[in-house]
Amino acid sequence: MVKLLIKNGRVIDPANNLDGINDILVEGTKIVRVGENIQAKADKVIDATDKIVMPGLIDMHVHLREPGREDKETIATGTRAALKGGVTTLLAMPNTALAIDTPQNIELLKGIIKKTSHANVLIAAAITRARLGKELTDIPRFKQQAVVAITDDGASVDSEKLLSQALEKAKANKILVICHCEDKTLSGEGVVNLGFISTRLGLRGISKESEYKRVERDIGLAQETGAPIHIAHVSCKESVEIIARAKKKGIKVTAETAPHYFALSEEAVLDYDTNMKMNPPLRSKEDLEAIRQGLKSGAIDVIASDHAPHTQNEKDIEFDRAEFGVIGLETELAASITELVHTGLLSWKELVKKMTVNPAGALGIDRGTLSPGEVADITIISPEKEWLVKKEEILSKSKNTPFLGNKLKGLVEYTILAGKVVYKR
Amino acid sequence: MPVIWHRKDLLGLENLSREEIEFILETADSFKEVSARDIKKVPALRGKTVVNLFYEPSTRTRVSFEVAAKRLSADVINIATETSSVKKGETLIDTGKNIQALNADIIVMRHNYSGAAAMLARNLEISVVNAGDGWHEHPTQALLDIFTLKEKLGRIEGLSVSIVGDIAHSRVARSNIWGLTKLGAKVTVCAPPVLIPVAVEQMGVKITHNLDEALKHADAVNVLRMQFERDGSEAFPKQLEYFKNFGITRERLEKLKKNILVMHPGPLNRGIEISSEVADGGHSVILEQVTNGIAVRMAVLFLVAQGRERKKDGEATH
Repeated sequence: MVKLLIKNGRVIDPANNLDGINDILVEGTKIVRVGENIQAKADKVIDATDKIVMPGLIDMHVHLREPGREDKETIATGTRAALKGGVTTLLAMPNTALAIDTPQNIELLKGIIKKTSHANVLIAAAITRARLGKELTDIPRFKQQAVVAITDDGASVDSEKLLSQALEKAKANKILVICHCEDKTLSGEGVVNLGFISTRLGLRGISKESEYKRVERDIGLAQETGAPIHIAHVSCKESVEIIARAKKKGIKVTAETAPHYFALSEEAVLDYDTNMKMNPPLRSKEDLEAIRQGLKSGAIDVIASDHAPHTQNEKDIEFDRAEFGVIGLETELAASITELVHTGLLSWKELVKKMTVNPAGALGIDRGTLSPGEVADITIISPEKEWLVKKEEILSKSKNTPFLGNKLKGLVEYTILAGKVVYKR
Repeated sequence: MPVIWHRKDLLGLENLSREEIEFILETADSFKEVSARDIKKVPALRGKTVVNLFYEPSTRTRVSFEVAAKRLSADVINIATETSSVKKGETLIDTGKNIQALNADIIVMRHNYSGAAAMLARNLEISVVNAGDGWHEHPTQALLDIFTLKEKLGRIEGLSVSIVGDIAHSRVARSNIWGLTKLGAKVTVCAPPVLIPVAVEQMGVKITHNLDEALKHADAVNVLRMQFERDGSEAFPKQLEYFKNFGITRERLEKLKKNILVMHPGPLNRGIEISSEVADGGHSVILEQVTNGIAVRMAVLFLVAQGRERKKDGEATH
């Protein structure tokens, strides 16, 4: 078996409460030992002096667009981008052009993943057929197909009855329900956060109520059914408060946010930059601060990218007509380090937790740690290295990042997937 | 007067300084007499090409820009594009680049989407003048409103101006609010609550839902055109209701026992937001606004053309 030795790195492994200079020995696909000054003959040695070594990141909110919109992204290009961002495992959202809502479509997707993926891609299937909110999908069957989560992401399940049934089935089958919380009757045709900025821009607003009222409702259903629930892309203060209260009550809820919600506020939209258009929208500075505090307090468990690639043709048009969504796989770690760790808000361990063990726990998967015996998914970064987000260097097929032209701190040097170096800067 | 204009575009009044707005008004003042001559033409833009690119039906603004450009001796081309074809047709940026490739100098654009003018300007080297974008801004309308106010009342600083009508969906209202507040006027917006946009008070205006309240201390009232067809519901009973509560009538104005200027950006909906008596009466300066629109648009076309020349010459820009 091929032996890989990572020397002298600052190893951060929250699952084992570890943060210190250590070596890691990998044999084949597994981690064998983590400890100080490991003396072993290895086929390959990586000198990780001054670097941080962490479990490979797990991004539980990614739109890979395949099958159907290979012009935006493919599983091949999306997973390459993931590795560059230090992400070794990702959850592919089912709102592809051909929705992942039947056992056949899941098999089709699995086939493409097997052939073309460069990373570990997990499958989320739809809650309802064609994500229309009318008819439940075959949840027990999905479980047999190794689907780890169900979601109608991009849309909310409007019917309480249907979502309740889905939660019951998900609970029985130990599958996570991920909720996109949006009351469309309230958000309507909005394109930016409702407030002074939407008034200045003359654009239709999306109220915070449209999000948090649905968060409240969905958590209520989780409480009634006793099924765990995960709230996707939390963007506003009220949602954070509702989630914090629910956790206090012991309701099984986890929540995620994306870097743009703690790095950028609605003011970024003031010159109608369509790379600042996503759903939910960038909110006020007060909301941004609440998201940061929610990460600190633990109300928000997970940082995910909500990587949503769109072509230039879909973004270089009038703001109202441009697609919602931004890419994030290649910037999520650096943006999080820059905004959360280098500002002193989170410790390294706290951050790594939100991008590894916490999503692994929510999804119920055996990843996200550096424990001996576990799969050797490892990310090695230069924590202080500053880099400029440039269009030419983006590996994703789409270039719609809100961080274009920004300087971020923290650069991925190596990404190791099941013991193999799959990305090297 | 010192030249303080360095922009190649006019996209709105929000981002202009007080000095820039005053400079446009002073320039307009010097152009106004051209339209009173026997030969209504100066060679200021001779050899320049102005393209009116209108994605929304508009007669008055388009004609006003055309007259203004012609009085500056520019060549004018009018392009009217149906909004419905936008989705199928070429993108706005492509259209703009094609017009630029014709060596046109200025695009005057009316567009139904907010921010369209800003996007076009960012992508082109030639000048872009916003002739109205969605609900966002209509800077030349506000400039001609302010020009008219100043001409009639001698100042803007300290004036009280009320804007009555659908503020939420009005680019005319937004541009007027920015322009007037920058020049030191006190602005009140008056409409039923559903037509007041969220947080508009942060633009520095007062809000009232009572028309008499809005008129009581106002030196001038700017009456917006009401568009009931917007929500697709039956318009007529709503129109009567609106006229009753927010229509500018002779009776209301007489109750004030003071002088008040009545402005309207046109086209008028007689009997909906304004009575015919008022529109045609002594308070109204509506037709003078139209006349002043030419001078203001001449000034804007002239200044953006100069601003672009300065940019080309590599002068320091804002």
